[in-house]
Amino acid sequence: MLLGRAANGLYWMHRYIERAENMARLVDTGHRLALTQTGTASDEWISVLTSAGAREAFEQEERPHDTASVTDFLLRDLSNPSSVMASMETARMNARMVRTALTRETWESINEAWMALRRMLMRPVDERDLPAVLDAIKRETALIRGAFHGTMLRNEIFDFAQLGTLIERADNTARILDVKYYVLLPSVAWVGSPLDNHQWQTILRSVSAQRSYRWIYEGYEPTSIADYLILNRRMPRSLAFCYRGICDALEFLAEEYGTRHQSHDMAAAKREKLRSASVSDIFEEGLHEFLKDFIRDNGALGDQIATDYRFY
Amino acid sequence: MLFRKEHFLAMFDEMRLGDRARQPYEAYENWFHGQDPARLNEKSQDAEKVFRRTGITFAVYGEAEAAERLIPFDIVPRILSGKEWRRLVQGIEQRVQALNAFLYDIYHRQEILRAGRIPKEIIACNEAFLPEMIGVRPPGGVYTHIIGVDIVRTAEDEFYVLEDNARTPSGVSYMLENRETMMQLFPELFQKVKVLPVENYPQLLRDSLAAVRPANCDGSPTIAVLTPGSFNSAYFEHAFLADQMGVELVEGPDLRVVDGRVAMRTTQGYKSIDVLYRRVDDDFLDPLTFNPDSVLGVPGIMDVYRAGNIAIANAPGTGIADDKAIYSYMPEIVEFYTGRKAILRNVPTWRCSEPASLSHVLDNLHELVVKEVHGSGGYGMLVGPAASAKEREAFAAKLKARPANYIAQPTLSLSTCPVLTESGLAPRHVDLRPFVLVSDRIRTVPGGLTRVALKEGSLVVNSSQGGGTKDTWVLDD
Repeated sequence: MLLGRAANGLYWMHRYIERAENMARLVDTGHRLALTQTGTASDEWISVLTSAGAREAFEQEERPHDTASVTDFLLRDLSNPSSVMASMETARMNARMVRTALTRETWESINEAWMALRRMLMRPVDERDLPAVLDAIKRETALIRGAFHGTMLRNEIFDFAQLGTLIERADNTARILDVKYYVLLPSVAWVGSPLDNHQWQTILRSVSAQRSYRWIYEGYEPTSIADYLILNRRMPRSLAFCYRGICDALEFLAEEYGTRHQSHDMAAAKREKLRSASVSDIFEEGLHEFLKDFIRDNGALGDQIATDYRFY
Repeated sequence: MLFRKEHFLAMFDEMRLGDRARQPYEAYENWFHGQDPARLNEKSQDAEKVFRRTGITFAVYGEAEAAERLIPFDIVPRILSGKEWRRLVQGIEQRVQALNAFLYDIYHRQEILRAGRIPKEIIACNEAFLPEMIGVRPPGGVYTHIIGVDIVRTAEDEFYVLEDNARTPSGVSYMLENRETMMQLFPELFQKVKVLPVENYPQLLRDSLAAVRPANCDGSPTIAVLTPGSFNSAYFEHAFLADQMGVELVEGPDLRVVDGRVAMRTTQGYKSIDVLYRRVDDDFLDPLTFNPDSVLGVPGIMDVYRAGNIAIANAPGTGIADDKAIYSYMPEIVEFYTGRKAILRNVPTWRCSEPASLSHVLDNLHELVVKEVHGSGGYGMLVGPAASAKEREAFAAKLKARPANYIAQPTLSLSTCPVLTESGLAPRHVDLRPFVLVSDRIRTVPGGLTRVALKEGSLVVNSSQGGGTKDTWVLDD
């Protein structure tokens, strides 16, 4: 038996932990580009902000699109609800609320991550310290995931947490792709230019896949990159992987509760589409259209889960 | 009523008598002398890290910066011998029986008023008295299920009850976590000194709550802890107890009345609750009956309660039993319902409503503590010895204007127990709050929460004012 409010807390706690981690990765990518491509640094920071869904909020104030301002906004700014610090605050607040559903190890890992990051992000981060800070964020979130996977019973609590993680992750990956979709379009003029190579690597780097990509594919092809991040079911940040996990979690819930809901049909339909489609189908449909629909449907699935399982 | 002040002057130390350790501390002191002071200081810091990592914090209202603070923990235990403890338990059990009998009586026939043992006005004009509870018989006939009795000591055999916390006493999580921490820090010490365990408290609490389930509940009852939410200063404790008991931790918005039962919203719909351990004050419990603005409670829960379909611990309206005005009548109350003299003494209390007492209080303001009858948290009180002549004069005027609003007590010389400071052991004043569970029978765990005033000479042990805690040991002897 699980309270609807607790399921909601678990779901959002994990969405925010996932978000904090992805934010660190995005900032890492942006920083790397800013170092290597001084000419287009501000463009890159703009696309990082857009991927983070934070561009509008950032531009509400007059400030430059440079490393210092953007990283500060994405890492520390509590007025930005998706900043790493704000995400950790929300994650911990939710964890505190559902504390009785968590193992001691899980709770302590979140509490310690929160303490460590709060200390680290108390003051603006000096650019020299940025790599260390980003590593620390990734490490702390990895420790939480480790404690969670290592100690939690695989029951409904685990399932709602998984749903939060995977819906957030799918949203992140889809946004990263959508911001860069134009560099993936098979436009003859661009293929093979040094600029493209860079952009493609950026995408892969944002999802920590720059090395694993090369284990599977030969050479940088836009269709391969899209295939990897959308359809590859072994790639832990791909849309197909996320939907397989989402469907698993929902199936476990259906089994445990003996009831199926609308969210089951929605998730299954999306999974089926990701399973049967080929990259060329997606490009045929229009990559941007496909991603836009995906982001919308993914959000709708989250809302439907909240309704079906009485989060509110 | 006259009391000799000599009773309260000598300073009693829990650990030392002259140049020797008192008997309960002999084994501990032996161990202590074999320890490296630097290592002990390190352990003391380790303890703080443990508490912070585990998130055993409390919120201090109005302090945004330090929104979550630790209650300082001192690594020197407060030790009671088995004999001392057994005597306390007898006194406490007698007292909680009397409290429950009193509550039943006050909400039914009011025999004690008819017998003229306590004045009628004291009940009739009391905010803690809930007319909604008149004639209601709580499941199991129990009103106050969980009680924390604040006890102070002034000499070897002098224990006084300072307060009966019969509404929603807090602090039991510290009793448990303090022990846990001590066992982590000094495992070898527990080999040398045999200490009775306290860790079964959550199980006892669960058993005790289950035993007062409503009559229509057969089988295993569904129990939940009701918290005002994660911003409440005692939230850690609420979550801790729910977790340790293996029951749900619910908030007002999780609950509603469904088909005449109180039910919680789960991922599979509403599920009814049989026993609610509530950590929400009476006033917020039911917006339909009490404070209409409350979002912390459950609309209609009082109707369910009156129909006998849920047990609420502690019962609404128990506050009438731990009111300061009632407190001064506890010796009479204990005698009236148990037929025996109270084993544990009250702190001598002058009721200023009585002319003879008033004049005694006015003559001796410089050595008394004067409290408002309905006040709490140390507000609106005068500490005679610490006040200036001008302050006492001003207070005397207030006293004369509304004598019935005040009680006075001698300034007690609380016993001391050493704490570890950077320059070694130093005595600090302590009190003791054992926890008692009442349902089909009375359950106690050997221990409690020892609060310690960390400032030298201070008598204030409250955590909100710089108090700390100690592990409390009852020896297996």
